[in-house]
Amino acid sequence: MRGEIVVETRNLSMHFGGVKAVDRVNFNLWENELRCLIGPNGAGKSTFFKCLTGQLTPTAGDVVIRDFTATGRQPHEVARLGVGIKTQVPSVFDGLSVEENVWLSARKWHNAARAKSLTRDTLERLQLGDIRGLQVGLLAHGQRQWVELGMVVAAEPWLVLLDEPAAGMTHEETERTAELIREINRTATMIVVEHDMQFIRMISSRVTVFHEGQILIEDTMDVITADPRVREVYLGHRHP
Amino acid sequence: MTWGRENRWRVAVVLIGLAFTLFAPGVLQLFTIINLTTAIALAILALSLALIWGYGGILCFGQTAFFGIGAYAYTIAAINFGGSTWAVLVAVLAAAAFAAIIGYFVFYGRVSDVYMAVITLTVTLILYNLLRRTSGPEYKIGSALLGGFNGITSPPLNLPWAPYSMLFPQHVFYVAMIALIAAYVFSAWLVQTHFGRVSVAVRENELRAELLGYDIRFYKLALFTIGGALAGLGGIFFANGVGRVTPDMFNLYSSALAIIWVIVGGRGTLVGPVLGSFALFYLIGWLGTQNTVNINLVLGIILIIFVLVVPRGLLPTLVRWWDAGRDRRAMQRRELKLRRRRGTRAAEATHEG
Repeated sequence: MRGEIVVETRNLSMHFGGVKAVDRVNFNLWENELRCLIGPNGAGKSTFFKCLTGQLTPTAGDVVIRDFTATGRQPHEVARLGVGIKTQVPSVFDGLSVEENVWLSARKWHNAARAKSLTRDTLERLQLGDIRGLQVGLLAHGQRQWVELGMVVAAEPWLVLLDEPAAGMTHEETERTAELIREINRTATMIVVEHDMQFIRMISSRVTVFHEGQILIEDTMDVITADPRVREVYLGHRHP
Repeated sequence: MTWGRENRWRVAVVLIGLAFTLFAPGVLQLFTIINLTTAIALAILALSLALIWGYGGILCFGQTAFFGIGAYAYTIAAINFGGSTWAVLVAVLAAAAFAAIIGYFVFYGRVSDVYMAVITLTVTLILYNLLRRTSGPEYKIGSALLGGFNGITSPPLNLPWAPYSMLFPQHVFYVAMIALIAAYVFSAWLVQTHFGRVSVAVRENELRAELLGYDIRFYKLALFTIGGALAGLGGIFFANGVGRVTPDMFNLYSSALAIIWVIVGGRGTLVGPVLGSFALFYLIGWLGTQNTVNINLVLGIILIIFVLVVPRGLLPTLVRWWDAGRDRRAMQRRELKLRRRRGTRAAEATHEG
């Protein structure tokens, strides 16, 4: 099932002064894959994510998306490759309506008529139809997350990068999000950064574990949970 | 739908503006009409700032720089060309080009919002000091002497391609009013387009706009340049209303005043700052004749009151009150109907019983 490599990092490093947030990471993502990045706080997964999306310019190394060298590019250049991005803290247009938020995403890629129908479909698909007219800034955290997911979906990206999509959601919302992610994965390759093991089990994918800026292990969830090193970094059994 | 309502509101604004244009010269004295032309020029400046700050979120503390450049460029070009036809175009283009140059460095250099305000303010003050020092015969562009502190006498507008048919003050008033209405219609149209909606999105959240694939630098630069062009257009009418251009157009007082109009009128609306500019123009004029209080003191107090008590500005607050009142009235009507129905039902019940 492994096709083409669509995201590749070569010796990617991001240092902040003396702190090696990401250190010489070689990472490959194959087409149609759904990959989760996990790791304890400070493991470097969010920094790695920001290097992929152009929000940070890496200290060294390269990010290649398909044939495009994305290293040090502007975020909009990465997005224009057809990459949908959801940030860790919901990044939405707070002063605008739910509908306007989604429309702004759809209209970037489609003409006015198609954008309109795509916005309507997306709102329906994410069950945001009833609150379409409300200002996003007034919504609950979980709903704001969904508006952001709606913006990602409305762009119909082929590569989707999600940073903690289920953070701060109720159990029911988390389940719906997992379902949505599986659905998006039918048409798009995905990277999901997440802490929540429960959630990763729900979307059942291949997992890359980050630890101290490097990749510790890369395998299925079952192998990873059985691995003593992973337990060690998560539970801190290094000094018994 | 809100769009429908907003458009109806816009049509109403245009109709009121047209009615004012038609009837004002018949009712008002010539002096007032000439004075109004200056007020209209300032209103166009207010509109340009309403567009880039209120909609685009670009806090430009030196919008008067483009206004002044428009006025100077108009005057210098009209003197050199011996007519205003091309001078009008030169004024708008010069202001737009100047805005584009500053905007390019600020936006493509990713200078933050606060510095944007500082840089634009500095630029206008540099122009102020520069032009003040241009007295003397050696400072001239073509046949136009810059005149230092005293500035340059501006030739009035003439009919297109007829330099000897100069417009009378009331005709300049008509042209200025039509320019203001046209600038308003253009701005109102612009904020509804895809471009305008993205500009608002950039104001709301730059990162998100970028992550959707929009090049925010381009959107800010384009909007800023359009704002510069509009301010330059206003400058033309200022030169006509006052009859001269002076370095004072670039001073700190004028720059601050433009910001106050927008704060008082309401950010995020186009009509609010225009009304704010008219109101303050007449307030300042009236206070000037009274000679009892310091004008700057009054302006300062107005600014403080608005920032603390009416931070949204006059127009958005009034609209809000109106909406709240309408909702309350609707609720009362509904309650009344309900009570009446309950009343009849009770009456029926007693009847049956």
